[in-house]
Amino acid sequence: MKQVYRRPHSLKKAPFHYCPGCGHSIAHRVIAEVIDEMNLQDKVIGIPPPGCSVFAYHYFDVDMVESAHGRGAAVATGIKRAFPQAIVFTYQGDGDLAAIGTAETIHAANRGERITAIFINNAVYGMTGGQMAPTTLLSQKTTTTPYGRSAQLEGYPLKISEMLALVKGTVYIERTAVSSPANIMKTKKAVRKAFQTQIDDLGFSLVEILSPCPVNWKMAPLEAWQWIEKEMTKEFPLGVIKDVTGK
Amino acid sequence: MPRILLSGNSAIGEGAIRAGCQCYFGYPITPQNELTEYMATHLSRRKGCSFIQAESELSAINMVYGASVAGVRVMTSSSSPGISLKQEGISYLAACQLPAVIVNMSRGGPGLGSISATQSDYFQSTRGGGHGDYRTIVLAPSSVQELADLTHRAFDLADRYLIPVIILGDSMLGQMMEPVEFHHEVPRRLPVRDQALRGAHGRASRFVKTFTSKPTELEEINWSLFRRYRLIEKKETTCESSLVDDAELVVVAFGIAARIAKGAIRKARSNGLKVGLLRPVTLWPFPSEQVKKTAARTKHFLVFEMNMGQMVEDVKLALDGAGEVGFYGRPGGVIPTPSEVFRVVSREYYQRGLSIER
Amino acid sequence: MLVKMIFAGFGGQGVLSMGLNLAQAAMLEGKHVTYLPAYGAEMRGGTANCTVAISDEEIASPVASAPEFIVAMNQPSQVGFQHHLQSGGLLFVNSSLVEAKIVRGDIELVEVPASRIAEEMGNPRCANMVMLGAFTKKTNLVCFATLITGLESTLQSKKKLLEVNKEALKTGYDFCGAEP
Ligand SMILES: Cc1ncc(C[n+]2csc(CCOP(=O)(O)OP(=O)(O)O)c2C)c(N)n1
Repeated sequence: MKQVYRRPHSLKKAPFHYCPGCGHSIAHRVIAEVIDEMNLQDKVIGIPPPGCSVFAYHYFDVDMVESAHGRGAAVATGIKRAFPQAIVFTYQGDGDLAAIGTAETIHAANRGERITAIFINNAVYGMTGGQMAPTTLLSQKTTTTPYGRSAQLEGYPLKISEMLALVKGTVYIERTAVSSPANIMKTKKAVRKAFQTQIDDLGFSLVEILSPCPVNWKMAPLEAWQWIEKEMTKEFPLGVIKDVTGK
Repeated sequence: MPRILLSGNSAIGEGAIRAGCQCYFGYPITPQNELTEYMATHLSRRKGCSFIQAESELSAINMVYGASVAGVRVMTSSSSPGISLKQEGISYLAACQLPAVIVNMSRGGPGLGSISATQSDYFQSTRGGGHGDYRTIVLAPSSVQELADLTHRAFDLADRYLIPVIILGDSMLGQMMEPVEFHHEVPRRLPVRDQALRGAHGRASRFVKTFTSKPTELEEINWSLFRRYRLIEKKETTCESSLVDDAELVVVAFGIAARIAKGAIRKARSNGLKVGLLRPVTLWPFPSEQVKKTAARTKHFLVFEMNMGQMVEDVKLALDGAGEVGFYGRPGGVIPTPSEVFRVVSREYYQRGLSIER
Repeated sequence: MLVKMIFAGFGGQGVLSMGLNLAQAAMLEGKHVTYLPAYGAEMRGGTANCTVAISDEEIASPVASAPEFIVAMNQPSQVGFQHHLQSGGLLFVNSSLVEAKIVRGDIELVEVPASRIAEEMGNPRCANMVMLGAFTKKTNLVCFATLITGLESTLQSKKKLLEVNKEALKTGYDFCGAEP
């Protein structure tokens, strides 16, 4: 019999602990498939953050080091500078990358560090129980914006990918989503290209993945997928934001 | 006002608002998120008040610094890893003699640690915590009611002595619910502190700074800080003692550990063991005098903490050789049971050959 | 007298509000009480439980290592918590979802088909209140009337929900009474 589906080698035989419908599991799988296909399992060093994905090292069968909250890009920089042969990726939530770690991210990007950031945008702080993230949509209710996010008090959803596109050291930035089979395939292509950018020694790459958090959004999983496509993509349009790789 | 059932985190939030807290800046971290959320719900829309979810603890504590310079009652809260980040700002607050209330609903460490209850931040809290020669007042409640009461006291102390005040709780105190009664209404008019910077309208301009190029000037600043600290030690040291008068063995414990110890002591007493409890409520200033006085009655002490032994050093310093100090501790977020502590207490008791009431 | 109990089940079954309502009633009766929800990353999306302690004197620890009562609303809780029960303790199971399986001889089983009763009432989400009613009848820790008073104060603004919950409590309470 022909095998058509199997666990990627880069994922351990451990069941995910993520909530039903969570996008982290899909993102993990996509990254693992790319690592397999590009034959990078023994070259990759991953950096998971405090956040729902803090246990990513239980799932990825590659080297991983946990970073302090928001400091992923700085840790990645240290690794890459010390050991340039490694393919280094950070895996960060929107609180991690776009709030507490903004400074680290922008400066690593600006130095053109040869690292890849996988940026999971679920519009909330997942692990701590659904508080506002920098990416929370206007009037979206979270536990710290119980009356809905107001521009006047809490500012606007932060488009970190567009901002990073202005930074000279970045060479490839794309926004995708894990909200439909087609979008998941596109996500996979983007992750592959980001890793390739790093292998080709071109500069900083980032893939922003819009990812469902049904539990904190208080939606059924399918509803959450639809909310990404209908609401989130209005604020965060999908597609390539910057590509100066020349490939 | 009737008693209501509240979690520790909510009790602090309500206590702060009733103490006239006008600004709150925080950053999410378990196990204190409910406090941040309480302030988002109940403070953010209040007239003259402000709530910000900052982008990091570094940022939050610096917002606190700004609000305190501007003269209002201000609070931030976090848990251990976030408190580490705040240390820089706490050092600046101490240097500039700015009042602020900082809540640490502490969790296990080192590192990201765990989210369960420990007392491993005792050293960090009582020794200043950041860089430089300074102290902060540290309050250690052991029930939800006390959290509410001490939150009020924290704001008063901060204003009276122009000093940052730490409320050191733990994840269990933050999560558990108990009946609470509030004794204060929200003040109608909130006074602005005299030295606040609000523009030099009608007075000469002034500034707040820490840096100086003259060692003698900094020396005098440090001296003046410590003169104030001596005063605080004299006036504000607080310690609860129970069943100490006839005790042959005195357990010293703070916060949630003291509650567990009380359960153990109750069992010990019913078995005829004469055991008492000293519970420091202010961890800094530490009730050294009270500990020393107790040693005039009995030489036998047992310190119980949910860490590897931190407060025990202060007990030994206070006794200065005048007592025999045993220690029992469990780190990492394991919550010892009263029966477990009772076993430890009785072992100590028998080993030291203390007398049993039949 | 100090009594400790654990309410456990799936997230969404309302086990936390069972504990909370009981704690509230105990408070109204002037007792010492603590309520401790289980907490942690592992709790998300999965199981939930809470511990309630009720006493006439100060409560030392809000944790229950050997509770007198356990309420298991789902199968995993029955399996997970049964061993902790004090000798002579009572194990309440939601027998509509749990196949009661006692693995020790020194505890008593109380089966309440809470989910079925709630469904028959047309309010499947009230299984928790049915169970709490039965629990109250059997344990006699608080007066039924106080439980209702407490509920009235928490659900003040939600009149309809209040009625539904009251009815569920009553039905559970009577169910237990009907048994010998
Ligand atoms: C210094 C510090 N502050 C706060 C925290 C608590 N914390 C853990 S994860 C997290 C944010 C999680 O949100 P996000 O980065 O969006 O990731 P998600 O959980 O949604 O995947 C926070 C605030 C921490 N671990 N360290």
